[in-house]
Amino acid sequence: MKIVVTDRNRNKHTLDALDGWRVMEIIRDYGMRDAALGLKAECGGALSCATCHVYVGAKWQEKLPPATDEEQDMLDAAFEVEDNSRLSCQILMNDDLDGLEITLAPGSEP
Amino acid sequence: MHGMTKHHTTDALVIGAGPVGLFAVFELGLLDIKTHLVDILDRPGGQCAELYPDKPIYDIPALPVVSGQELTDRLMEQIKPFDPVFHLSQMATTVEKTNDGWRTITDAGTVIESKVVIVAAGGGSFTPKKPPIKGIEEFEGTSVFYAVRNRAAFKGKRLVVAGGGDSALDWALDLFAEADELTLLHRRDEFRAAPHSVEKMRALVADGKMKLQIGNLKGLKGTNGHLSALVLTDHDVPCDTLLAFYGLTMKPGPLADICAGAGVEMQAGLIPVDTEKFETTAPGFFAIGDINTYPGKLKLILSGFHEGALMAQKAFQYVHPDRKWRFEYTTSSTGLQKKLGVR
Repeated sequence: MKIVVTDRNRNKHTLDALDGWRVMEIIRDYGMRDAALGLKAECGGALSCATCHVYVGAKWQEKLPPATDEEQDMLDAAFEVEDNSRLSCQILMNDDLDGLEITLAPGSEP
Repeated sequence: MHGMTKHHTTDALVIGAGPVGLFAVFELGLLDIKTHLVDILDRPGGQCAELYPDKPIYDIPALPVVSGQELTDRLMEQIKPFDPVFHLSQMATTVEKTNDGWRTITDAGTVIESKVVIVAAGGGSFTPKKPPIKGIEEFEGTSVFYAVRNRAAFKGKRLVVAGGGDSALDWALDLFAEADELTLLHRRDEFRAAPHSVEKMRALVADGKMKLQIGNLKGLKGTNGHLSALVLTDHDVPCDTLLAFYGLTMKPGPLADICAGAGVEMQAGLIPVDTEKFETTAPGFFAIGDINTYPGKLKLILSGFHEGALMAQKAFQYVHPDRKWRFEYTTSSTGLQKKLGVR
């Protein structure tokens, strides 16, 4: 299972993903070794900070469960929020999401 | 008790009143070490209270589930017998060596002399999130603000308040009469702020006393630190002053300067310590919790508690050099039980 992440310099990275993992955890894990993938994610997945903000590739949006009201509220604390904005801590990997395309949003740098 | 006067002398100063800093007060207190704490937030609890007060934590020993706020409340109860002094809403900016210890100075002008200093600063200081706009620094302090320090600064201005939470709504409702023109800028036409604030705002907008602009802030226009307009996705909004409320985030803050001034080595933003005493490269200057680093370090509250206990044993030697150190258990020592007020 893979995800394809576009970093803030528009470079693409293919990352190994694990079933049940949060997309935030996968990117953060790689980000510890590769600064281009750095993700602040400071609340650690508690839906309390908006510093794991990402954009989801167009064809993947409908495959994701819609954002909850809590996630929408938290996105208010992110920057440059678009229709395809999500908090990556709220996306859990599964087989249907193999190949998921993600772009890191501004304001989520560590 | 809260610190009121500006100059204090104590045994130990803890920088950071998160769970690890709070529990350090307990371990220090058992060894007759009086503690003051400094924290930038307006209440104790650190990340637990600020980032996830309502979220469950599952890895605190003997508490199968506890919220960040409840953990904070329980720690406050646990350290009450030791009567710690809190200096809140202020940030430690310098720590300097003195003849018999350390002098810590905060950005509120508080001066605390102590025998030992313990940094328990976690991920750093909570500071307002800044929009990731190139060149915004040029405007900060003159026409871009993240807090209201002086209401008069907004008088007669074309003020834009950005955000959709309580801070944004409360200040918009408070300052619309002060400003020449007030625009509330938010990314969507829904607000997470308290419903009665949202109602008031909607009424003012309907009366033409406040403007509501839905959109994304993309850039700033102006010269020499003076704003002329905000750039949104498809148009500009004339503006002299921007007040942005996008919540708080942790930044290293002045920790690198503090450590440089105190002769404490840092590594990639963290403070290396030994794992026997959790002391830094400067004798009498300790670091516990998420801010320190050592082989095998895990950033867990649990680890920070352990680190505080070992730190306190060494701190005892600096604070009470003339006394013999003895290890005692709270279960059996009448001395400790007296300190805890249970005997």
